[in-house]
Amino acid sequence: MTSIGTGYDLSASTYSPDGRIFQVEYANKAVENSGTAIGLRVKDGIILAVEKLVHSKLLIPEANRRIQTLDRHLGLATAGLLADGRQLADKARDESANFRDSFRSPAPVKYIADRLGSYVQVYTLYSSVRPFGISTIIGGVDQDGPSLFVIEPSGVFFGYHGAAVGKGRQLAKTELEKLKLSELSMRQAVFEAARIIYLVHDDSKEKTFELEMSWIGDETNGLHVPVPKDLLAEAEQRAKAELEDFE
Amino acid sequence: MDHIDMHRLKQGEVNLGTSIMAVQFDGGVVIGADSRTTTGSYIANRVTDKLTFLHDRIYCCRSGSAADTQAIADFGHYYLQMQAQTLGSAPAVLTAAAIMEKMCYQNKDQLSAGIIVAGWDKKTGPSVYNIPLGGGLFRQPWAIGGSGSTYVYGYCDATYQEGWGKDETVNFVKNTLTLAMSRDGSSGGCIRMCVITEDGVERKFIPGNELPKFWEGKEVLGEATQKALAAISAVSDVAPMAVEV
Repeated sequence: MTSIGTGYDLSASTYSPDGRIFQVEYANKAVENSGTAIGLRVKDGIILAVEKLVHSKLLIPEANRRIQTLDRHLGLATAGLLADGRQLADKARDESANFRDSFRSPAPVKYIADRLGSYVQVYTLYSSVRPFGISTIIGGVDQDGPSLFVIEPSGVFFGYHGAAVGKGRQLAKTELEKLKLSELSMRQAVFEAARIIYLVHDDSKEKTFELEMSWIGDETNGLHVPVPKDLLAEAEQRAKAELEDFE
Repeated sequence: MDHIDMHRLKQGEVNLGTSIMAVQFDGGVVIGADSRTTTGSYIANRVTDKLTFLHDRIYCCRSGSAADTQAIADFGHYYLQMQAQTLGSAPAVLTAAAIMEKMCYQNKDQLSAGIIVAGWDKKTGPSVYNIPLGGGLFRQPWAIGGSGSTYVYGYCDATYQEGWGKDETVNFVKNTLTLAMSRDGSSGGCIRMCVITEDGVERKFIPGNELPKFWEGKEVLGEATQKALAAISAVSDVAPMAVEV
């Protein structure tokens, strides 16, 4: 980011001479400031987990959720600007409902990722709008089993076995790589996801955070629902214990 | 069920006064139709193909207005191609049926179309969907439609059995359509059938002179009338099915 202030970063509709769009890169910066969000695609389902940084003690627990439900079988976790995540989720719900209406069947995860990718991309074309300040993890279980996608502010999307976005993504990715994701059960994956979120949380910089987790798969009958309270508590407890052992 | 309201047809409109049918069996579906297209009492086409391609393993049987149902099938074909292309896999029969139903329902005031959608897909295997006149959507193990179908509901109810193989199902369709065609004035000609399975679509054609034979009437008159009739028979060898005495 050496060319800051040369005038090529004022609009998303302007390239820099070396072919970059700075507004999109700044959007990525907005994502990097956000608490980590991870997604795991395992044998029989998907786990989404978010490190939600709590910036005020006055906030009600579980407020400002960063994991949202798009459809019975689809969930979405965002890292970046919270409001942008809301708008994208609204759009995704629209797309999913339209698909159901037209074809009388649940939308494939890839189809929704594709539609949202195209939607996000449009916001990199015009000077009148700013790109989305979020990276989005979409998980779901469809006809072909579980699948997981990440959409970046540029509009590109890739499919993953394990995905991490936000502040602690580098460490989270190396942790995800150590796992044998395609062999894990959903329950095992819940523990791993909690462990990774606790591990990547930097309490020297950030004070408190809330662990938010949801899952979709055989355990939930194909529905996107929050991980049950007791399982979540157990996962948090294990994560804390393991972290203490580690330190 | 699929009786066509002639008042709603435009003057001289080409009409598929029809007998159509689709039956699912273990490995696939058999669909069939007669081949008659009429404008009023005139047979506009006696070798019509009412079994219309929607996608690789999905066909529909059309009844009602020929123009309307051709247009609907064309749109259905187009949407399914688009869907197959964007999703990268063959569409489900339910998807095809839902698309067709939507068009039939949303334009119900302008259309006269009774359509049966049938085929094979990876998720559900063989399936048959009936879309009657107002644009409903019903999954059925077998469906009949068109003006001829009203004559053979009883036959179908009494005959259909679960667990048939391909050959039994083909025979059932052939017999049902023959019976419908013999009673319904606006059905007739030949029988066209398709067997749709995972492996492909096999077409079958039965010419009008090779249809199965059923009871066609019997001489029941007394001797006196017999003699009087003998004179007529001498002139022509057409035997009346029944004579009012």
